[in-house]
This record gives sequence, structure tokens and C-alpha cells, in this order.
Amino acid sequence: MKQLFISAFVLLTAVASFAQSEKFTAAMKKNLAAMDTGFKNPPELLNVANNFERIANAEKNQWLPYYYAAFCQVNYGFMEQDKDKIDSYADKATELIAKADSLSPNNSEISCIKSMIASCHMMVNPMQRWQEYGQESNSNMEVAMQQDATNPRPYFLKGQGLKYTPEQFGGGCKTAKPQLQTALDRYATFKPASDISPNWGKERTESLIKDCK
Amino acid sequence: MKTALSIIFFFHFLPLTAQISISGHVTDNKNKALRGVSVALKNTYDGATTDSTGHYSFSTDEKGEQQLEATISGYYAISQKIVLGPTPVTLNLSMKEQITELKAVVISAGSFEASDKNKGAVLSDIDIVTTPSANGDVTSAFKSLPGTQQVGESEGLFVRGGTATESKIFMDGNLVNNFFYSSTPGIATRGRFNPFLFKGTVFSTGGYSALYGQALSSALILESKDLPEKTEADLGISVVGVGGGIQHLSKDKKSSWGVSVNYTNLWLAFNVIKQKQDFFQVPLAKQADANFRIKTKNGGFIKYYGYVSTNKTGFRSRDIDSAVLKDAFSINNINTYQNISWKDRIGNGWKVNTGISFSTNKDDIVNEMQDADNRKFTGTNPLLNYKNFNLLNKARYAQARVVFEKKLFGLNAIRFGTDYFYSNEKSTYTLYDGTKFTQQVNDHLLAAFAETDIYVTNNLAAKIGSRLEHSTIVDKWNIAPRISLAYKVGANSQASFAYGIFYQNPERKYLPGLAGLDYSRASHYIFQYSKQTKDYTLRTELFYKKYSNLYKTDSSIGGREIAANNNGYGDAKGIEFFWRDKKTIKNVDYWLSYSYLNTKRDFLNYPTAIQPSFAATHTAAFVFKRFFLPLKTQFNLSYNFATGRPYYRIAKNANDKYVITDAGKTINYNSMSFSVNWLPNIGKKDARTFTVWVLGVTNVLGQNIVYNYNYSYDGSRKEAVTPPSKRFVFIGCFLSFGIDRTQDAINNNL
Repeated sequence: MKQLFISAFVLLTAVASFAQSEKFTAAMKKNLAAMDTGFKNPPELLNVANNFERIANAEKNQWLPYYYAAFCQVNYGFMEQDKDKIDSYADKATELIAKADSLSPNNSEISCIKSMIASCHMMVNPMQRWQEYGQESNSNMEVAMQQDATNPRPYFLKGQGLKYTPEQFGGGCKTAKPQLQTALDRYATFKPASDISPNWGKERTESLIKDCK
Repeated sequence: MKTALSIIFFFHFLPLTAQISISGHVTDNKNKALRGVSVALKNTYDGATTDSTGHYSFSTDEKGEQQLEATISGYYAISQKIVLGPTPVTLNLSMKEQITELKAVVISAGSFEASDKNKGAVLSDIDIVTTPSANGDVTSAFKSLPGTQQVGESEGLFVRGGTATESKIFMDGNLVNNFFYSSTPGIATRGRFNPFLFKGTVFSTGGYSALYGQALSSALILESKDLPEKTEADLGISVVGVGGGIQHLSKDKKSSWGVSVNYTNLWLAFNVIKQKQDFFQVPLAKQADANFRIKTKNGGFIKYYGYVSTNKTGFRSRDIDSAVLKDAFSINNINTYQNISWKDRIGNGWKVNTGISFSTNKDDIVNEMQDADNRKFTGTNPLLNYKNFNLLNKARYAQARVVFEKKLFGLNAIRFGTDYFYSNEKSTYTLYDGTKFTQQVNDHLLAAFAETDIYVTNNLAAKIGSRLEHSTIVDKWNIAPRISLAYKVGANSQASFAYGIFYQNPERKYLPGLAGLDYSRASHYIFQYSKQTKDYTLRTELFYKKYSNLYKTDSSIGGREIAANNNGYGDAKGIEFFWRDKKTIKNVDYWLSYSYLNTKRDFLNYPTAIQPSFAATHTAAFVFKRFFLPLKTQFNLSYNFATGRPYYRIAKNANDKYVITDAGKTINYNSMSFSVNWLPNIGKKDARTFTVWVLGVTNVLGQNIVYNYNYSYDGSRKEAVTPPSKRFVFIGCFLSFGIDRTQDAINNNL
């Protein structure tokens, strides 16, 4: 009986934690799917950001929901038309990514988000903010490359940034293409750690390369 | 085993048993629906985001007592206990808006801010150096803003019917006494400070804070830069001189130091561009400065800036009182300035901001009557002989200041502190016959001030303060209240009001004066409406300024004009507009300002209240900047206009009373200036050197400019005061090493 009790207990905790992680993965997957549609319907992106944040706050030690919440916020910032509001989304993303960073330090994917946040701040007023945020965005890309040489996303972000920089300032397709090509090569071999791990940017890279042809 | 299985089953099917729905509406404190609020049960995945009607709804499996949380940035989060039973829950929530710097109204009546960070900023710091009429001079750039006069015959800012001495300049809280190079007759001198020293400037055309005093009209508040971004060296070569310096940033990016030297010599420029005056000593200046900045562990700063500067100039101009003689004026100046300040957080929401500054100034002025062969002339006419003199001015100034600030709830704050100024000015006047008059003026000025920022909501804020001063020259206390209010009318627009009383000591050159002098006094009433987005700025201000106790002067025994009493008075009223547009025309940034001024005053030796000779009724400025990307070149144009200014000859009549014996009005002031900046290295990411070429031409069209008229002693002749040359051309090349200045250029031009 005692043995049965112990095995039942072991089984029970195992099942409970399995159920927990299953619940987590399922919730993440559901919201990742919603995130994809959210790019076509920006207000939905904020709902998804909030969903991720809720998951993150409930889990407390998972970096991915904070990461995706920040990713949604910063992307919403990029899509926001009212320039006076952009900073608040970037600030929110900063707050979220800082939590992800403390759970998973030295993470290349997190450095990518930091780079995007800086670019988002810069977008509000490129002429005045280039110096501060342009530099911050670049240095985070460099850090992301160093942290994980196989990660295609920092190359994608760098290529994308260059593509939209005027040629006179050293941007344009000519300088962007090698970076995008590097990104594409890395996408070909990149294997996400799990099916809820970051795995975005490939299609966008392809379409940017197409634009440059 | 069966038990275990049934337990699993139990767990597995539990979720399906009883889901409870929770829904409701979220509004702000004005009962407006809030979209995007995240409503959730604490520590669960369950929650929803409100839609555009503020509605939320979700289901949960949780039971019993739970914490419901609502969050959205910009509002205080709500956490509320709810008990989940078998029935659906409906819960409406009301959220209170946070008062944040981003949203809150800016207290801006009467002031123009130039900085990169603050949302109230009208100009960026780079705008100051790319305004062509300014020629890189800090204060001249502000002449393209409303409220200022296009005075070119003497330096300083003439604001809203006030003289230049009614405008004071502060650096990191400390008064700068000799901001400009020493005055020369009929020629405005430049400021001694490089515009790149400052990260932000606030130019107040009235109603400024109780933290500053002794300026009846205006305060220009400069804040020096924090740490440089990188270690760099720079070198500049131009038609007026050479200069270079280094800024070194420590490895840990916690401290920096820098030194620079500048040598200015107008020999070349004056040989090419004919000057009205005959320069026997072309303007020559040498300056060496040093700075250090240390970031403290609490994020504060200790900053030092100091310089030693010498300059000399000497020129002959035709003497107005005689047919053949010339006036030969020369000045030798040595000026030093040291300023150390410490700004820090000291815990519990308290901040301290303290500084000491010390400066010395020595002017050695020689004026000589010379004959046609430039030999000293000594005749028998006492009137002409009086023009042979020496004047030696020596001054020492010191200031100590401390301000404490405590942040209260939200953005509310209180600030108070004290200021102590010491000045000692000694002048020795030597007449042609060797007679010496020596005068010394000492002043100890003690001030105490307190101010509070009150944010009632994001839409309504007030700044209320008061200043108490005692100067030993006047030996009286004064108390000066200051109030400003700001109310947000729309998303980007606001209305502001400012009121204040301002006091000032008599101008030093009229001291020592007669006994029983009091402070001059001005009351300001300012109403402002402004609308500002990232691309446009519209500002309009209506003001009324009342002067009382202005100084009247009289001539003393030595023939000197001295402050006699406080019977002067006056007023100034007007309306001003400012419009800046960075968007409508691609790659073009332009601004327009217009000021209407109606002012009269009775002061100095004026016989009655008249429109002063430095005040024009209508003033306008237009600045236009366009960047041509393929040429890597920026073109800047500015046009300044003012209607004619009155001029007077005031002399004593037979009854020893001052009267106007002649008066007139100058022609309108029109001047167009142009500058080109060429940045050949722009975009070259790997370039180690960054080069900026500058070509600037003032008064391109060569329009006639008359600032004022001078009269001969007997009033029989008058002579126009005009600029020393019609145009001035500036060509220069500025290099910096180790840092890609391209960023600056892109910042400025994209």
C-alpha cells in the first residue's frame, strides 16, 4: 500500500507537471498562431502581447512568453502611425525584455529584440535620434551575432536596416544584400530549440532579397 | 493503481466541470472607455484585453478567492479581490491616469527651449549653429525667435522692450558675468562660449522661474553637456583663425576630460573685406579652456569648465566733433572663468544641485584723438581733450549656489535654495591731464528662493515660486513672486499663463550713484497658446510688461552719468507668433517669427516716456534649411526684418533739464544671410576623419543697414551707426578625428 501510495504520488506529481508544461506549450502555440494573424490586424497584436505577458507572469521562470510579449509590443510600435505614441510601446517592450533577459541571460534572440526596440525609438525622429538609438541598435545586433553565430535574425535585422537606409548614408540594396544572403544561409540550417522557440524572419528575408533583384 | 488512475482522470476532467465567465467594462476617471487594458486573474493564464468599447470577457476554471488585475501603461494598475462561485461575474473597473512627463502638460509660457530630449523644445542644439544669421554665436541664433530685437550696434539680447542688461545668462545655474567679449563702440561683440558646450538651452522671454533673478526682461539658461560619446580630437581652420581640442572619455565611460585652444585673428578677413573703421590692431583673441565631468554612482555629475581668454582690438574712426581728427579706440582684455557644479541624488527622493563660479575681467581701454597722420593730438579745446583718456576696469565675481529638490507624488516637486553673489568692480579713469578718478563698487547679493511644481492632472499644472533678495548696493529686501499655469486644451495643444515680478540692481556703469536707490521692477503677464507635434510648432504669445522704479541718470561732477533716482517707468505690450514646419516640403525645415511690440519708457536721461531707440515696432525672421542628399550639402538661408527704430538727441537745455533736441527714425532693417555646409565624408562608415566645410555670407544682398544715429556734441551733425562692413564672408573647415561626426550631420538633416 505504501509503495502504491508513493508510486501514485510520484506519478501524480509527474502528471501534474507534465500537464502544466503541456498547458504552457499549448497556450504558447495558440498565441503564436494568433501572433501570426496579428501582423495583419495590429490591435490583435496587442491582445496577443497581453496574453503572453499573462502567461509570463503566471509562469514566472519562462523567458519565452516575456520575449514574445516584447516582440509583439515592439512590432506594434513599428506599425503605430501616431509618432507621439511609439515610444510608449518601445518602453513597454523594454520592460518585458528586461525580464526575459534576467531569466535567460546572454541570449542572442533577446539581443535581437533589444536592437529592434532601439530602432523603434529611432523611428520617432530619425534625424535627432540616430546618434543615440542607431548606435544602440547596431551594437545589440553585433552582440546578438557574437552570442550565437548560427542565429540568422541579427543578420536579417542588419540587412533590413541597411535596405531602408539611404544609399548616400551607406545603405541601399548593395550593402543590404550580402547581410540578407548571410541571414538566408543561416535560416537554411537553423533549427529552433523547440517548436515554441523563436523562428521568424525567413519569409521577410526572402521578400527583401526579391525586392533587391 | 486504480486510485492513481482515477486521480489522473479526476485531474484531467476537472477543467471541463465548471468554467465561470468574468466580464465587464473598463473606463478612465472621466468615464471614457479604455482600449487595450489587460485584465487577468493573478498567477493564471486567464484573462483578456479590452476592446475599443472598453469591454472584456473571459472564462476561468479557478475557484474561490482570486486577485483580479487590470494593467495598461500610463494608468495606475488595479488589483481587486474577487470570489469565484458558480455564477458569472460582471465587474466594471475605473482606472486612474498616471501623471507622467510624457503626457503631462509642459509649463512653457514665456520660454523657448532648445534641446534634443525635451518635448517642449522648439529648436535643437544643432539648429543654433546652422542658423546663418547667427554665425555660430549662441545668442544670435535666438534673434530668429520672436521677442528679440535685431540690434547690431551692441551685443546682448534686447527682449520685449528691455535693454540688453535686462537679460542675464546662466550656465549650470551660475550667472555668467562677461558672456560677451568686451564692448567696442558701434560694433556688437560675440559670445565667448562655443555652442557645442551645451546640451540644452532655455531662452525665457519673460515670466521665468524663481530660481533666477536680477534680470528684468529675460533669462538665458544654458546647461552644459554630460559625457562625450567617444574620445575625439578636433581641429578647425577658418578665415578668422585656428582652433583645436581633445575630449577624452575614460574606458569605463564614467568620466571625461577635455582641453582646447583657440586663436582668432581677423587680419586676413579685414584685408579682404574692407572695414569702415581703420584697424591699427585687428581683433586678436587667444583662449584656452579645460573641462572635466565625472559621473557619480547615483547617476549625478560633477562638472568643471574654465577658461582663460585674452583679446585686443584697436581702430580709428572719424571724429564726429571735428573736421579732420580721428578717434583711436583700443581695448585689451583678460578674462577668466571657472565654474564647478555638482548635481546628484541624495536619497529619499531628494536631489541636490550646487555650484561655485569665479571669474575675473580686466579691460584696459585707451582712447586718443589723432590727427591726419595718426599722431596723438592735444589741443586747447577741452571738448576734444576729454577724448584723450585711459579707462582701466578690473572686476572679480564669485557665486555660490545650492538648490535642493524633493520629488513628491507623481511629477510634483518642491525646490528651494540659496544663492550668494559677490562682485567687486574697480575702475580708474585717467583724464588727458593725468587727473585720476578711481571708483570701486562692491556688492554682496544674497538670494533665497522656493518653488513648487503642482500637477493636478496630466492636463493641468502649476509652478508657484517666490524669490527673496538683498543687495548691499541698494540695502533693501525685495520679494518676487512667480506663477505659471499650463492647461492642455487638446492632444497637442496647450494654453499657458505666467505672472511674475522681477527686480534688478542699477547697471554698474552708472554706479556709484546717489544715495537712496531702490531696485528697478518689472511685472510680466504672459498668455501663450501653442500647438506642437513632431513636425510642426505653432506658438503665439500675448504679453504685458509694466516697469516701475527704473533708473534715471544725471551727470555728476566729473561729467559721468550716474544713477540718480528711481523715478523712471514704462511698459511694453505685444503679440508674437512662431511657426516651424519640418514636414510640408521634403528635406526642408523652416521657421517664421513675427513680433509686434508697443513700448514706451522713461529711464536714464530720457525727458519723458518715449519709444526707446533699441525697440522696433515690428520684427520678423525667416529661416530656411534644405539638405541635398546627392550633393551631401545643406543650404541655409535666413532673412531678418525690422521696422525702423527711433533715434534721439537728448541734451540738457538752459534750465539744466534733459530735452529731446532732435529725433528721427532709421530706415527699415533688412538682412539676408546664407550659409552652405558641405559634408564630403557623410555616409562613409569607415572614415576616421569627418570634415565639414562651411561657407557663410551675411547680408548677401548688401542691403543698407542703419542701426542708430550718433550726434556730435553740439548736435549740429549726426552720423549713421552702420555695420563695420556691408557683408562678411566666412570660410572654414572643421575636422574631427576618431569619431564619425556624420551622425551629427545626419541627425541634423535627415
